[in-house]
Amino acid sequence: MRFAFTDDQLLFRDTVRDLLDKECQPEHVRFAWVDGDGRLPQLWQSLGEMGVLGVQAPDAHGGLGLSELDLVLLLEETGRAGLPDPIVETAAVAVPLLAEVAPPELQAAWLPGLVGGGSLVTTQLGGPLVACADTADLVLAVRAEQVVAVPRAALRLERQPSVDGSRRLFRVDWQDDDAVVLAAGSVAADSRDRAHDRGAVATAAQLLGLGARMLDMTVDYVQERRQFGVPIGSFQAVKHHLADAMLQLEFARPVVYAAAWALATGDPDASRAASHAKAAASDAARFVGRQALQCHGAIGYTVEYDLHLYLKRAWALSATWGDAAFHRRRVAEFVLGPPDLPDRPSRSEEIHHG
Amino acid sequence: MDLTFTDAEDGFRAEARSWLEANVPAKPLPSGDTAEGFARHLDWERSLFEARWSVVSWPERYGGRDASLWEWLVFEEEYSRVGAPQRVTQNGIFLLAPTVFEFGTPEQQDRILPRMAAAEDLWCQGWSEPDAGSDLAGIKSRAVRDEAAGGWRVTGQKTWTTRGAFCTHLFGLFRTDPDAERHRGMSYLLIPLKAEGVTVRGVGRLDGDEGFAEVFFEDVFVPDADVLGGVNEGWGVAMATTSSERGLTLRSPGRFTAACDRLVDLCHRQGAVASDPRLRDDVAQAWMDAEAYRLFTLRDITDMVEGRSLGARSSLNKVWWSELDVRLHEAALELLGPLAELDGDAPAAIDGGAWMKGYQFSLSGPIYAGTNEIQRNVIAERLLGLPRK
Repeated sequence: MRFAFTDDQLLFRDTVRDLLDKECQPEHVRFAWVDGDGRLPQLWQSLGEMGVLGVQAPDAHGGLGLSELDLVLLLEETGRAGLPDPIVETAAVAVPLLAEVAPPELQAAWLPGLVGGGSLVTTQLGGPLVACADTADLVLAVRAEQVVAVPRAALRLERQPSVDGSRRLFRVDWQDDDAVVLAAGSVAADSRDRAHDRGAVATAAQLLGLGARMLDMTVDYVQERRQFGVPIGSFQAVKHHLADAMLQLEFARPVVYAAAWALATGDPDASRAASHAKAAASDAARFVGRQALQCHGAIGYTVEYDLHLYLKRAWALSATWGDAAFHRRRVAEFVLGPPDLPDRPSRSEEIHHG
Repeated sequence: MDLTFTDAEDGFRAEARSWLEANVPAKPLPSGDTAEGFARHLDWERSLFEARWSVVSWPERYGGRDASLWEWLVFEEEYSRVGAPQRVTQNGIFLLAPTVFEFGTPEQQDRILPRMAAAEDLWCQGWSEPDAGSDLAGIKSRAVRDEAAGGWRVTGQKTWTTRGAFCTHLFGLFRTDPDAERHRGMSYLLIPLKAEGVTVRGVGRLDGDEGFAEVFFEDVFVPDADVLGGVNEGWGVAMATTSSERGLTLRSPGRFTAACDRLVDLCHRQGAVASDPRLRDDVAQAWMDAEAYRLFTLRDITDMVEGRSLGARSSLNKVWWSELDVRLHEAALELLGPLAELDGDAPAAIDGGAWMKGYQFSLSGPIYAGTNEIQRNVIAERLLGLPRK
């Protein structure tokens, strides 16, 4: 038993944090709000060169051949920085899914570009909407119980603006003839479920990072801001808001890391762990965001101040790849068995087909 | 990262499980916080000691097994899983003992620990006073130097002393230098309750048991050999004890994961209620909160094994386990509906009224071991770095 990361994993995390500290500052996130495609292409290229995008890709296609456990801390950093690009869909979901189900020639055609940052694959696996479908080369989706890949040229796109202006969401449609079938039957169902678990844990990791970012900003702010002649951070009411925020975050953190370990090792309880992770991180990030806003007061309720960038991302991510309610019910199904309601479809059917 | 146990640890688990399953009393003992129940629990403690399960993590020469922290965790899981009796010796073995290992002289260790392990000496905690609860450094009970006799003379009062009416010894903080800054002038003293000048009065608790006591001291002599740690250094010694109390040694995760397993079982037994989506959510949330605590403590233990100090992080543990325990029992009471209020003596009571009893006990969690308001101050000031004033 050892619940800690290796020195190599921590060093990789620090390297990615340094890059993001320089290249993904609040003004970069603000640029993504107003820029046409909402992406930071140079940074994406750097993440590719650093190996982040290909952590889970096979060596043969330029990847590192590592696992969810090696990726989870890096995703947390991308959350902390508010990285607008769809790294969950790409590095955490599409890469391992393609490596699992795509035939060798398609892997050879798609993975190297994806891993290097030159091309982009997004997914319609975390909910009905697709992030960055307008700039992606390929969309992975499930239709008629098949896992399919659809090239961008075949997509009809309808933009769906998000509360988070740096997200580029679309409803997508395509003709079945234009899609490449990657998997069908039980293989498709298994890989869809595994992809959903991976997306949930990866998004949970980003939510941890977002929560930490908002908590850090607020801890700094309440020490600078003075009222009644003293820093507001000396007031017990403010201290307890932030202590509560830290509690939620610190007890979500080991759940997310353990879920990454469970996915990486093929643990039989991995799906339960993934749902626990996403439920806990979604609730925690939303809660930390509320405390952060309250402790900032009116300045936090402006778009000039940076807090809203991370707050809105946290709202968006807490609801995608299954929200806390969905995942809590899924945990309940693992722990208690199915509910006693024969006329009602299960939530996991709802999210994939609804 | 590796979240699996070794074969040796699994073997240790199997050994603990088979002994516990063969020896745990079939019928639950009466509460250890009553005079009759306490005596029954002592029999149990002595059988644990004879089989060397009373203090698994201690050295063999003191009655332990030299078990690693991981094995201790495994034992605690198994202990809670079979529903073994509450540990009426806990304030000695889980709170005082780590402090004796850290601060005691070899003579004190040899004298105190074996009798504690064997449940011959039964220790209670003397922290709070009528005017010093959360403000622990405000204690007034005094120990005055008696140079001729080679010791201290103690006068004052302690209160809310758990099982004080049944224990044999008390450890606590007393003011040995009234002129020093208030955190500096205290010493950590060990006092037999049968010493001349000690009076103990039981106090009935909210849950109906006589678990509390007030302890009065009138010119009680304490020899130098019973000062733990240095004279006037009691605050630092006491903080080591509170760290154990708030952290995982007092409330190991097995206690809550086992309670959640019983909650899940109750949910099934309550049949149709199990289809109520909100109750299902509450049960699932309690289960997740207990699992989060378990995972959090795996990280704690890793840090302890690798020599990293937990420091003020034990305040995070304390708020989490105490508040999850309340929510867990609230979920159980909702599952029981109109039967929730029944006392253990009621023929229709489910699980012998244990859920209401447990609920009442859970409500003490956010109060004892430093109120959760104090813990939140510690989290804000020492972990987040917010200003004290």
